[in-house]
Amino acid sequence: MTTATAVLETRRPMPGMGVYNMKLGMWVFLLSEVMFFTSLIGAYIILRAAHPDAFAEPGVVLNVPLTAFNTFVLICSSVTMVKAFAAIEHGDQAGLKRWLIATALLGMFFVGVQVVEYIKLAEHGFVPATAAYAAAGGPLYGVTFYTMTGFHGAHVSIGVLCLWFTVFQAFRGRYTREKHGGVEIMGLYWHFVDLVWIILFTIVYLI
Amino acid sequence: MQTHTPSGNAMLDPAADPTIPVPERPTPRYMLVFLGLFILTIIELGVAFVGLSRIMTIVALIVLAIYKAVLVALYYMHLRFEPTRLRVAVLAPLPLAFILVLAVLTEF
Repeated sequence: MTTATAVLETRRPMPGMGVYNMKLGMWVFLLSEVMFFTSLIGAYIILRAAHPDAFAEPGVVLNVPLTAFNTFVLICSSVTMVKAFAAIEHGDQAGLKRWLIATALLGMFFVGVQVVEYIKLAEHGFVPATAAYAAAGGPLYGVTFYTMTGFHGAHVSIGVLCLWFTVFQAFRGRYTREKHGGVEIMGLYWHFVDLVWIILFTIVYLI
Repeated sequence: MQTHTPSGNAMLDPAADPTIPVPERPTPRYMLVFLGLFILTIIELGVAFVGLSRIMTIVALIVLAIYKAVLVALYYMHLRFEPTRLRVAVLAPLPLAFILVLAVLTEF
């Protein structure tokens, strides 16, 4: 298979859905992720409704200003990601690299802030699976909080690794104006992670 | 554009081949969407701590969060410019997700 044929195979729309294979595959994966996070959020809502006294009010235990700032960072990273995609759509190689690196750095910053948040919470005794922080709400609060934010953090961390791989590929000149499916797929994943955080931030930190 | 090699094998020129779908969608105003997301986040923080009733706070926050999520999906994930069939496929699990939560909620 020649490179040109490979390009065509990658970008050719599926007869049924009207999008190319890689993009359809990523969407199917993201839909499975919707169900995964729904199960986590659903479990949280149900547990909170059943045991309202086991959960602290917003801002009592969790650092809302710090997390709001982190939310802003993740939203910024979505902008830089979409800017990278727009750059390569117009054949701007330098812009692609610049915006991809910015996205990866913002993603790393988000994870770093989350780690700092975990450390601060642990210093105050808010850790999962112990009774020491019962005064802060109860064991259910910690377990659900760390499960949801932890899984999201894992997704961001994996996304950062994939972003650096995308940066590496960009520097190798693997993306062009005509062939940039990898950047688009990466962007879909990254925006999904941002979208999930928008929901999580509201449900876990503000409600 | 298809060219033919001396051996007769078709070679595809991806840079000029009109069969390779080059995005034709209008470029969304990404910074405007970003500004919207930023402002909505500020409003969320205000709603959370302004002292509205519990129900009002929850409803307002959920509506704002869904609105922000829709903005990301429509403009950053370009769902607005995708074929209708894909949009329908993407929306398909949402009722299932709702049923999943609702069905378990009725246990309490």
